Amino acid sequence: MDFQGDACTKTEAKKGAKTKKQKRMNECKDVEAETSVQADSVEEEAAFPPNFSVSEIKNKQRRHFMFMKLKQEKRKRKLELKKKRKKEREALGDKAPPKEVPKTIENQRIYDETTVNPEDEEVAFDEGTDEFSSYFNRLTNPKVLITTSDRPRGRTVRFCEQLSTAVPDSHVYYRRGLALKRVIPQCISRGFTFLIVINEDRKVPNGMVLCHLPNGPTAHFKVSSVRLRKEMKRRGKDPTEHSPEVILNNFTTRLGHSIGRMFAALFPHDPQFIGRQVATFHNQRDFIFFRFHRYIFKNEKKVGIQELGPRFTLKLRSLQKGTFDSKYGEYEWVHKVSLWALHARILQCLI
Amino acid sequence: MASKSQSCSIWVGSETGILKGVSLSKQQAFNFCEMSCLSRDQEVCVLEWGDPLESEVLVGCANGTVKAFSTEKGIFTESKECGDATQGKFTGLAMMDGSLVTCAESGILKVWKEGCTDTIEINVGNGVCRMRQNPSRRSQVATGGKENPLKVWDLERPDKAIFTAKNVKNDWLDLRVPVWVRDIGFIPDSDKIVTCTGYHQMRVYDPSSPQRRPVLEAEFGEYPLTALSLPASQGTVVVGNTHGQLAVLDLRKGLVRGCLKGLAGGVRGLQCHPTLPLVASCGLDRFLRVHSLEDRSLLHKVYLKSRLNCVLLSSRNLELSGADLSGEVEEVKQEGEEDGETDEVWDAMETVTDKTNKRATEKAAEENAVKGPKKRRKVAKK
Repeated sequence: MDFQGDACTKTEAKKGAKTKKQKRMNECKDVEAETSVQADSVEEEAAFPPNFSVSEIKNKQRRHFMFMKLKQEKRKRKLELKKKRKKEREALGDKAPPKEVPKTIENQRIYDETTVNPEDEEVAFDEGTDEFSSYFNRLTNPKVLITTSDRPRGRTVRFCEQLSTAVPDSHVYYRRGLALKRVIPQCISRGFTFLIVINEDRKVPNGMVLCHLPNGPTAHFKVSSVRLRKEMKRRGKDPTEHSPEVILNNFTTRLGHSIGRMFAALFPHDPQFIGRQVATFHNQRDFIFFRFHRYIFKNEKKVGIQELGPRFTLKLRSLQKGTFDSKYGEYEWVHKVSLWALHARILQCLI
Repeated sequence: MASKSQSCSIWVGSETGILKGVSLSKQQAFNFCEMSCLSRDQEVCVLEWGDPLESEVLVGCANGTVKAFSTEKGIFTESKECGDATQGKFTGLAMMDGSLVTCAESGILKVWKEGCTDTIEINVGNGVCRMRQNPSRRSQVATGGKENPLKVWDLERPDKAIFTAKNVKNDWLDLRVPVWVRDIGFIPDSDKIVTCTGYHQMRVYDPSSPQRRPVLEAEFGEYPLTALSLPASQGTVVVGNTHGQLAVLDLRKGLVRGCLKGLAGGVRGLQCHPTLPLVASCGLDRFLRVHSLEDRSLLHKVYLKSRLNCVLLSSRNLELSGADLSGEVEEVKQEGEEDGETDEVWDAMETVTDKTNKRATEKAAEENAVKGPKKRRKVAKK
């Protein structure tokens, strides 16, 4: 093995060193000796078994060196192929075949059969008569109560305060150790349409329960990457009390529609454009990113935005029918790890 | 419409008031409803066969009407007011030699005799969650609900329940155990009744014995069990809960035989095929799923666009149309024949002591040994 490896270094040298490392190695060798063994080394290379793999080499240094060499060769070949193709394309001119579409995670997503077709009567009826229909028919105005898990600490408290500046007509209340099942009837009697509960673990907000009142549904999210206003770079001045515009991106499936409608119902019907504020819920591979911006039209073509904060990421854990009842409530959707999807390495998105 | 409905082998009732027929052989689903006059108060609560030939489906709506749907013609043929919305949703429908039995959430069980306006009315107690008919003795129905223990009624003698379950003993803190029967099933070829509760217990009662408490109690999971169904093969029961967990429980010791995977939302309706090892489930995740009970694999998954409340299977072969069915039968036969052949070879084999012949026989024996067990396993599976 050692002998073979040696031969390889020599072939390497013959081919002409390219990287610094190889140069260093070559320096110690006699140039004349190299030339004398050239013929032999070619023969040695041919003596490799056809299915020889670098990992079979037992000497670590040698293996590492061989591996580097292999990689280099590969890259070289790839570059050559690329050049060749480019030349061919140029030679063919207009007749060149169309370029292949690159594989991306987004276009590898498997099609979800529940994707909502806007012309579907049945889904339209289902959505038209669901729990949010009173909001979308402009019968109710949103009123939001924000509270936390028991005894919130610094970050969570600030997060709640900043969230309430982003959501109009929202009120932050201290939880006072009350059970949610007792809070909900009180909220309903006082005309709240949403209850948001931020859960905290080790002083970090990590969960959010979004409960639509008076009769559900309830969504439970995991909250991550919370960045408060103070931690934001290049942020604008604090948001005004104007009701923002809402952007909902990529809520395409049936489950996504339910969640999207829920977020939409958090904000008042008519945005006040004078405030120039936008709240964005962007869904990408089941993660929902919340951003809050202020925009300005600099001229006819250019728009400037500045982030106002807070920003956070949500991931849906469960969607439950009815108001919060984790013990006896019926779940419409529960997050379960799909081993099939993990094994098959496919991108399965549900929202 | 008629050809559509004839090909359907699974019927599903949805929360939006649509009756859906699913044809697994054609891989299609149809809506049997006028899309223009949809309303939530027509929500389908229960489905039941109108006659033993399965040419009529009875649809119990939330507004108190029972509609008859002809599977041959593909249209709703009859509609009958069997109560109103104040009595709550229907919890069970049954046909008893021509007369219709309905039961509402408020606990009013009514027997509507055919062509007769007067009805027999029984109050079975408040908060009924389910009413089921004994498939072998059609005049028997069982009811149960929240704080309403399992009761078995003989509709020919409607004054008193023939069996009332007694609550289990107080728990280790000497507190009363709450009652919440969510679904009931009559175990075929025995008097026993199996129930599942909102407190994730599965209980078996035996009305033939003097004991009124359950003879077997088992727990599954930690969420309310919402539906159960008894498969064709005896000794097991399939239960489903609000988190979309389906499990096959053993009726002898109450152990979990296996779980059926793939559900995303709570189970609302569950039914096993009367002869084949198949189970259909539907629920809040808007999918109808058909699992095999043999290897517990997911066979079919159909997206039906609305939340589904109940499912009804026809007793004919579900997923296979006529041609496929015959194909499978042939396969089974072939295997059987082959098996017979190998047996014949074994029988015909002589015990040879000759040295010259030994090698050849050994080879043959080896071959048979390789073939034999595989075949047997297959047959045993079938």
